[in-house]
Amino acid sequence: MNELNQKTARDNILARLRNNRMTQSASPAPYLPSYGWSQAEKIQRLSERMQAVRGEVHRMPRTDWVGWLNQELPKRKLHNILLGETANAELFRAQADAALTLHRYDRVIEDWKQDLFKQVDVGITDTLGGIAESGSLILWPTPQEPRLLSLVPPVHIALLEADKIVDNFAQAMHQQHWSEHMPTNALLISGPSKTADIEQTLAYGIHGPKQLIVLILE
Amino acid sequence: MHQTEAFHQRIDKALHNEQARTSFRSTMSGLMQKRAAQFPDNDELQALRDQARAIRAHALTRQPELLEQLEQKLTANGIRVHWAETAQQANEIIYQILHAADAKTLVKGKSMVSEETELNHYLEQRNIEVLESDLGEFIIQLAHEPPSHIVAPAIHKNVKQVAELFHQFFPELGYTENIDELTLLARQILRDKFANADAGISGVNFAVAETGTLCLVENEGNGRLSTTAPRLHIAITGIEKVVAKLSDIPPLLNILTKSATGQPITTYFNMISRPRQPDEKDGPQAVHLVLLDNQRSSIRMDEELLDTLRCIRCGACINHCPVYVQVGGHAYGTVYPGPIGCVLEPQRLGLEKTGILTSACTMCGACAEVCPVRIPLPKLINRLRAESVNAARSEAHINGKGSLRKLTESQAWAIWRLLYASPRNYRLFRWFATRLRGLTPTRLGAWTRYRSSIKPAPRSLQELAQQEGFDHE
Repeated sequence: MNELNQKTARDNILARLRNNRMTQSASPAPYLPSYGWSQAEKIQRLSERMQAVRGEVHRMPRTDWVGWLNQELPKRKLHNILLGETANAELFRAQADAALTLHRYDRVIEDWKQDLFKQVDVGITDTLGGIAESGSLILWPTPQEPRLLSLVPPVHIALLEADKIVDNFAQAMHQQHWSEHMPTNALLISGPSKTADIEQTLAYGIHGPKQLIVLILE
Repeated sequence: MHQTEAFHQRIDKALHNEQARTSFRSTMSGLMQKRAAQFPDNDELQALRDQARAIRAHALTRQPELLEQLEQKLTANGIRVHWAETAQQANEIIYQILHAADAKTLVKGKSMVSEETELNHYLEQRNIEVLESDLGEFIIQLAHEPPSHIVAPAIHKNVKQVAELFHQFFPELGYTENIDELTLLARQILRDKFANADAGISGVNFAVAETGTLCLVENEGNGRLSTTAPRLHIAITGIEKVVAKLSDIPPLLNILTKSATGQPITTYFNMISRPRQPDEKDGPQAVHLVLLDNQRSSIRMDEELLDTLRCIRCGACINHCPVYVQVGGHAYGTVYPGPIGCVLEPQRLGLEKTGILTSACTMCGACAEVCPVRIPLPKLINRLRAESVNAARSEAHINGKGSLRKLTESQAWAIWRLLYASPRNYRLFRWFATRLRGLTPTRLGAWTRYRSSIKPAPRSLQELAQQEGFDHE
């Protein structure tokens, strides 16, 4: 279909849409529920939801996560760690256990796509916040933390600051003024990848990360 | 073959497939229970349904402006927008984009609109390798079958059939009937494809006019991979998917996932507003959106039938339908089965082709009770039944109006009207019916296929009552 025909298609569709006797329907009422949960309740709720879909959640003081990873990653035989270029990534790089091989997501994907798909065990990212109601992480990938970092590695470890957990999605959008500056890609992640396409039986780790580990930093 | 005969043959075939019927029964009852568990508070559920209905209805009334706003925002964000009136046009546009980008292999996320256009077939004929990456879609692509459910496309297959299918196509990977192992096999098979595909194709759950954002709802991660790993992303959607504001999304997402699969939320909610920016390291360098009409703008011309377009494709009506659970998705012979299929497909494809689908309804009302956007499905099915037997009933732009009208049936109703509209005619008819009961035909079409014929009693109720001494009238 050439440009001209496409323009005709557009004009025809819009003309048909305008050419009817539709009664105007009222604007929907604003939807902004608030549950007034305390931080402890929000952490509790998010953890329960996350665990219900086999997400792993660990709470710790905000100074402890590097040590936790240094201890846990070798123990779980996870050696190839992919990091972005955020402050937290640099912090981990400076103190990481010598047994770990650290990779840096510092090139465009075309330069190393095969390696990313085949050689990385874990991707570590920050999060923009969490949603208590649905047990979700909010991620806005950036040049420092690209989109595939939380998607391709079989294990995704996400750092979540406890005071950035909100009641629900509507609240997150409202408080952070999403509509004014939507990023290239915004994500809610609520557990490891899963499917129920065979006999409606839940199975984990189909295409995205097989494991999601959330470290809640307090 | 006439559509009625073809439909009855498909139903007959479906009813004799014990294995598939078992799958449908257990899956649908599981999905109904899971949905119910997500809505413990009925008042909250009803309020949320009102909210979702209002958002979708409002978006439909403002549809032309919203589509223009969406186009303008997406274009400003760097996403190319294309318009297609027909399935053929949509396929051509997609092929041209792929061709211009020299894209030969593509991975697809689940898209019912691409089933509408039969995109895979179109592209394969032009030597493009198309791979469905949603596990259910992947299974049915191997089996060369259409989806049997809009949310769970391979639900008619049991694990043994899936195991055999995998073994047939990938014998080197070994045979297993373990669902976890089959899932990991699919991961292994598709991973290379994601790493190497030139382009990704996806559907869209909601398109936000305010910000120029395409929203995708999924659990597997194949949608994210298809829209992130290849250098080119093409999204295809129906023009009705546009909503006004970003703040419309949370309530719609909330009721969509709970209604569809009884999940509080899916694993991934993916919102795409731009192609890769100069400083970004991944994501597709080009993103396109194809807006498909395919009769939707005609459906919108009728004040009653436009409710069809509020649909957010959750499949709850299908899961709760007593007809669907017996016959399954393939019996309908269309892309969309179940109650929404009975409403949408006759309008999309014409009553002369699929009007008979409206007979696959018992008017029980279960679908309308669960619909998250309150589409009055039985009412619309009834309306389409009337349209299919009466060409002059309304001015609605539906193809094939009156095409199911049968002379015998319309004459029977004309006689019925003659007899029942006048007391004198009725009494005369009653006297003859009781006295000449021996002449009642024993074969009354579909009615007597599975039932004995109706034979009037020797005396009418009124006569018997008179004999017993009741007053006249």
